[in-house]
Amino acid sequence: MATERQERTIQEVKDSDPVCDGQAGLKFVHVGADQAVAYITRLRDVQGYTHLVFFTAIDYIEDSIFRLTYMVHNYASRQDLGVQVDIPRQGATMESIHHLWPHAATYQRELKEMFGIDFPGSPGVDDSFILEGWTGIPPMRREFDTKLYSEQTYFPRPGRVTHDTAAYMKEKLYPSEAETW
Amino acid sequence: MVETVKYDPRSKFPPVDANSGKSVYNLLSGKYMKVWQGPQHPGITGNMSLELTVCGDEIIDCKTHVGYLHRGFEKLMERRRYIQCFPLVCRICVPEPDFNEYLFAEGTEELAGIEIPEKARWYRALTLEMARLASFLMWIGGQAAAFGMGTIGQWTVTMRDYVLDLFEELSGGRIYHMYIIPGGVRADLPAGFALRVEQTLAQIWKVLDDVELALMYNAVFKKRAMGLGVITPSIVDEYGITGPNARGSGVQRDIRKDNPYLVYDQLEFSIVTETGGDAYARTWVRLRETRQSIDLIRQMLEIMPTSGPFFQKLPNVLHWKIPGGQTYKKAECTRGEYGFFMVSDGTELPRRIYVRGPSYTHAVTLMEKLAVNVNIADTAGLMVSLHTYPPEIER
Repeated sequence: MATERQERTIQEVKDSDPVCDGQAGLKFVHVGADQAVAYITRLRDVQGYTHLVFFTAIDYIEDSIFRLTYMVHNYASRQDLGVQVDIPRQGATMESIHHLWPHAATYQRELKEMFGIDFPGSPGVDDSFILEGWTGIPPMRREFDTKLYSEQTYFPRPGRVTHDTAAYMKEKLYPSEAETW
Repeated sequence: MVETVKYDPRSKFPPVDANSGKSVYNLLSGKYMKVWQGPQHPGITGNMSLELTVCGDEIIDCKTHVGYLHRGFEKLMERRRYIQCFPLVCRICVPEPDFNEYLFAEGTEELAGIEIPEKARWYRALTLEMARLASFLMWIGGQAAAFGMGTIGQWTVTMRDYVLDLFEELSGGRIYHMYIIPGGVRADLPAGFALRVEQTLAQIWKVLDDVELALMYNAVFKKRAMGLGVITPSIVDEYGITGPNARGSGVQRDIRKDNPYLVYDQLEFSIVTETGGDAYARTWVRLRETRQSIDLIRQMLEIMPTSGPFFQKLPNVLHWKIPGGQTYKKAECTRGEYGFFMVSDGTELPRRIYVRGPSYTHAVTLMEKLAVNVNIADTAGLMVSLHTYPPEIER
């Protein structure tokens, strides 16, 4: 993993400029799950990060964690800051931030549906967002196999010639590359 | 919890449940009715539906439903090599696909540590402005048509077609161009391209004069658009509003100025704002930005380099391992802040690519808020005035 996972307390990061792997205008900071909402509230109310750009998750299945990323923006300093929080995959739950930004509820609703991360108290978090009537595992989790799903759900129509994609690419499209695959 | 406000039965708005915060209405009372608008409707570019609860012809509750266009781009990209993701990303936004190509290419190049040639940076900016122009021209048609002025839409969509002709000449594709690829751009400008661009721009400029007269000074349009969907500056940050929707409320923000990318720091332009905050003010902002886009294209054609390479050779893209890291690239598209958050774990496949589309907040949370108390006949006009494209909501 390229980025070093480090947890800092609010006290450590609140007075200092959060420094992480990033280029000009973009920085990332890692905080603990229990301090994240307090830290983000401080960023919004005190440090001028008033714009929630997006809120998403990254699935590190090999480490059994979800890395939540809250991207906030400060219009005065023109700085993007990604606040990253690691939470366990098993029974994933996180505190809601819909009280800070109403549109965060939509992100949380999507995260519940796509990753199975719960945000207790977030408005409409249990309602389906995109996948109406979905009963399988949350599809953005790494263990969800899109290929297997499509093989089980869809069937080839008769009368069509099909190729094994990998073999076809090796033989036809990139013959000079075939030996390197 | 205790209900603090006593419900007045004469109110047209239903009582709000203190626990859930949701309106409670009895559809059998005869006072309220549910109307579904969508998923096919001129008020929306793409497929999305609004579940409207109306009292008479006024909307008292709006719930948005998305998911009609979900193709799982983000998930698909986790199983594909970077170069295989490239033809996928442009499909996330149909009327303005170039921003997806640009941001994906820019993010990949940053993670891989690739510098692109100067000429490619100009060509990218030129393509993005042409895409902006095409998208705005389509939008003007939608906004006018939503208020019953279909003729204006025919003028501007014809002009958009001329821009698409230019894209076809440049890239071979009218809608999906796949021109901005990691490493630079795919081809040089064809001979005489600048001249043909200028001819098209002159035509569009004339049509915009007509549009301005026929639309902006039209009594019907003014009466219906003024005061419709007012966004106050105080809710801009609260609801994550960006782009012309924020600038229509007097908020002076534009990523091209605030965090300049490509060659925007070498071009002369100012941020277009209006103070009304309503659909009418937003229309002015977009019309003026359409003209600004024409001006920017003219500036670029005049000063852009004409010689030099336009592509930086890449390693074998079939075995291209991108060093681990994460980045967020953003650009100002016609609707606001468009961004790509890319995470690489050092392998040939991306770990995660998240697409931040401005419609995500504009079409869902903001629309649900602004639709309340609007006449049902103005719903389409309100929706178009927020300029949303559903595919970027569900990615």
